[in-house]
Amino acid sequence: MHEMGIVASILDASVEAASKQGAARITEIKISVGELTEIQEFALDFAFTAMTPGTMAEGAILTVNHIGASSRCVSCDVEFEHGRFEIVCPKCSGFLCELITGRELSIDSIEIDDAPLDAKPTDGDETNEDGSNADTASGAGE
Amino acid sequence: MEIDISKPILDRNERLASENRALFDANDVFVLDLMASPGAGKTSTILATIAALRDRYNIAVIEGDIASRVDAEKISAHGIPAVQINTGGACHLESDMIKRAINALDLASLDIIIIENVGNLVCPTDFYLGEDAKVMILSIPEGHDKPYKYPNIFAIAEAVILNKYDTLSVFDFDEPEFRQVVHSLNPTAPVFPVSATKGDGIDAWAQWLIARIESAKAARSLSKGSDVS
Ligand SMILES: Nc1nc2c(ncn2[C@@H]2O[C@H](COP(=O)(O)OP(=O)(O)OP(=O)(O)O)[C@@H](O)[C@H]2O)c(=O)[nH]1
Ligand SMILES: [Mg+2]
Ligand SMILES: [Zn+2]
Ligand SMILES: [Zn+2]
Repeated sequence: MHEMGIVASILDASVEAASKQGAARITEIKISVGELTEIQEFALDFAFTAMTPGTMAEGAILTVNHIGASSRCVSCDVEFEHGRFEIVCPKCSGFLCELITGRELSIDSIEIDDAPLDAKPTDGDETNEDGSNADTASGAGE
Repeated sequence: MEIDISKPILDRNERLASENRALFDANDVFVLDLMASPGAGKTSTILATIAALRDRYNIAVIEGDIASRVDAEKISAHGIPAVQINTGGACHLESDMIKRAINALDLASLDIIIIENVGNLVCPTDFYLGEDAKVMILSIPEGHDKPYKYPNIFAIAEAVILNKYDTLSVFDFDEPEFRQVVHSLNPTAPVFPVSATKGDGIDAWAQWLIARIESAKAARSLSKGSDVS
């Protein structure tokens, strides 16, 4: 399985695009996965959960747009959807067909946020708290 | 805020594969990516193919393995240049590995490169390396039901080699059913029964490969001709 490598590529492209926009974090990553690729969604989710902590995409949602398989018959130009098996033209029963969709593996878009994850509103209220929090704040500043 | 990215996830692999492709085109080298399970007979098939084609073509081999140089040494022993790639655990070859391997080869003197991919029926299908054709090998002991379990590799291969055909009588391999499922997945792919270690059936496979190599060369010289004019 190479889902780790896939997630690494997704993260690289997302972080690069988000940084360019000056974003603080990524909240959602949208990808498309064709039915005829060898990508297992549970393995993808697993790798995503394992690899995002500590990156801009920590806590982000991975949204997968599934794309079904379809082909065009070379003889009669009919386009049709199909599964992995029996890729046969429904009109002429010909089997010389060109794949149109099903092998996609692309990163479509990301959703970004300007506020970093560790600067959520609740963290901004340090002045209301007493001594121990001030220590943490100064510690973090070093 | 939403930012549009719209690019292939394996962008880097595809980009480097196109660079490999450009190098192969410039040197008029035909590249075959051979995929199969561990032990299906990739190295044996490569050796048999070399024996059938070496009078006609200058051949080199790129051996992909998770570890060891064993297969490259088997090829070198026959006087054929062989580069070993150790993927260090990765279950498939990627185009950057091929890029590094071809640095070690004299492309200008070659007609064919055969790549032995890592033994795996799943991953290699998602990675374009810059090759002209992907071909897969299934061996009789693996069983005729493999195309049901690993449909993708049968679907994308241009041809299927059915190896260890000499062991057919020992296993309950249902060849008609196998051919029928392969046909339903990939109607244009020929199936070549061979015994790589004995040489049986290699002739038909080699004839197919020669025709495929020559048509690729013809297409290349056509497109080069049109570039000039
Ligand atoms: N009976 C029989 N045995 C074969 C045939 N082809 C290969 N073998 C045997 O199968 C074993 C594996 O063959 P290899 O050619 O090394 O297979 P491979 O796919 O390169 O193996 P890995 O690189 O280790 O994944 C060896 O012991 C071969 O002798 C064949 O046609 N018939
Ligand atoms: Mg081998
Ligand atoms: Zn892999
Ligand atoms: Zn039709």
